[in-house]
Amino acid sequence: MSSEIKKGLKYAESHEWVRVEGNIAYVGISDYAQESLGEIVFVEIPDVDDEVKKGDEVTTIESVKAASSIYAPVSGTISEVNESLEDEPEQVNQDPYGTFLFAVDMNDPGELDSLMDAAGYEKFLAEHEE
Amino acid sequence: MAQLKRTALYPAYAEAEGVKLIDFGGWELPVQFAAGIIAEHKRVRSNAGLFDVSHMGEIFLEGKGAAAYLDRLVTGQVSTIKEGACLYTILCNGRGGAVDDLLVYRLGEERFMLVVNAANTEKDFAWITADNPAASEKGPDLHIEDQSPRWVQIALQGPRAQEYLQELVDVNLQDLAFYNFFDGVSLAGVSTLISRTGYTGEDGFEIYCEAAEGPGIWRTLLNHGADRGLIPCGLGARDTLRLEARLPLYGHELTEDAGPLEAGLKIFVNFEKGDFIGRAALEEILRNERYRVLRGVRMIDRGVPRQGYRVYREDQPVGEVSSGGKSPSLDEFIALVRVPKGSLKTGDHIQIEINGKRRTGEVVATPFYKKAYGGKQ
Repeated sequence: MSSEIKKGLKYAESHEWVRVEGNIAYVGISDYAQESLGEIVFVEIPDVDDEVKKGDEVTTIESVKAASSIYAPVSGTISEVNESLEDEPEQVNQDPYGTFLFAVDMNDPGELDSLMDAAGYEKFLAEHEE
Repeated sequence: MAQLKRTALYPAYAEAEGVKLIDFGGWELPVQFAAGIIAEHKRVRSNAGLFDVSHMGEIFLEGKGAAAYLDRLVTGQVSTIKEGACLYTILCNGRGGAVDDLLVYRLGEERFMLVVNAANTEKDFAWITADNPAASEKGPDLHIEDQSPRWVQIALQGPRAQEYLQELVDVNLQDLAFYNFFDGVSLAGVSTLISRTGYTGEDGFEIYCEAAEGPGIWRTLLNHGADRGLIPCGLGARDTLRLEARLPLYGHELTEDAGPLEAGLKIFVNFEKGDFIGRAALEEILRNERYRVLRGVRMIDRGVPRQGYRVYREDQPVGEVSSGGKSPSLDEFIALVRVPKGSLKTGDHIQIEINGKRRTGEVVATPFYKKAYGGKQ
């Protein structure tokens, strides 16, 4: 089964996607990640105004099977969280690219350059996953 | 990665649309099929589901002294069950911990099948044949054999299980009581052993047949009930179903250090019978009254409790989670927690540390989900 990789987004090796709007980076998880996790039953909502560094564990997504950490793809301040996931965590399964988990007001937009584009992520998946 | 073992049923579902296979203790088994864990769980509660549980081990004991020897090894009394009956029981170590939990099938006066956990099969066989402290009491005519590769085991579980199975067999399943079995049942022309047992908290059956016949039986059962809603189910649903029904899972509720008393299985320990391995230790634990018990918790705050997470009461650590997760039937997060006897009562609020944060839950009665079983009682 091949998963969708949406063009125009940036991707981290830990399977988060980033959509940039001005200085704000919206973060979600890739179709591959939600497919691997299975049915998501809980998304921990991070706290707005928390400072995060690139690579920090920001929150946890729980599927029926296991808990999985979500990392900050860029550094900055959490500026927005998706509170609707508290009641409907399954949105992440249903629409992974339309469902952000949190947004980061970036300290250094230059960090985006270290992320992969869609073609790079596709290659990454092909090399690192079955 | 080491080569994973596969059950004889693997060819019957490996190519199924949407099946997800995982490494389960060295076995390549479906964690879910196309429907997904939550839908499979709900289907078993409302209709029926089919599970491959062929990875379970089958150890046969046959010959003079088999019943007496088993009475020495397990916590239940094997010698008094009838031919055609099953007994859920525990193999204890000398400390009162659990070597394994198992089902004993009495096939004849001195002939038994022990159905054991897959990951424990080798350990159990070694324990039963040589490693246990009563091994010298094993008579010369007692033959013990691990026949696990020879058999497949298929679980058909759910309120409509009897309806589907009845149409394929030459016996009246209404006459098959809970925890009893029929041997030599013809299922679509194949000889099977069928017990009214399971691990889901629903009515249902476990069907044993020769490995070579397994894929055919799997397809026959599935095709027969598919148009009425029978679906294949994976180990994911098996785990959530058993948790709601508060059925213990070896490695979680039962371990070498946590035996029947710690797993809430005291009623499966027969102190009226003669000596058995672990008896002295279990009696000592009971005398001291200082042992841990399992309590059910329903989360009030959101969060998924998982094995090993710490449990607090009024900021003091009191124990840990043995199993937890989302309950599809209740649509709530639930857990079994292991705490000192008498430390928590129903209605108490506790906290479970989940990903670094303490989340509040309420102690509730278990099982979380209860259902009446079918057949004559």
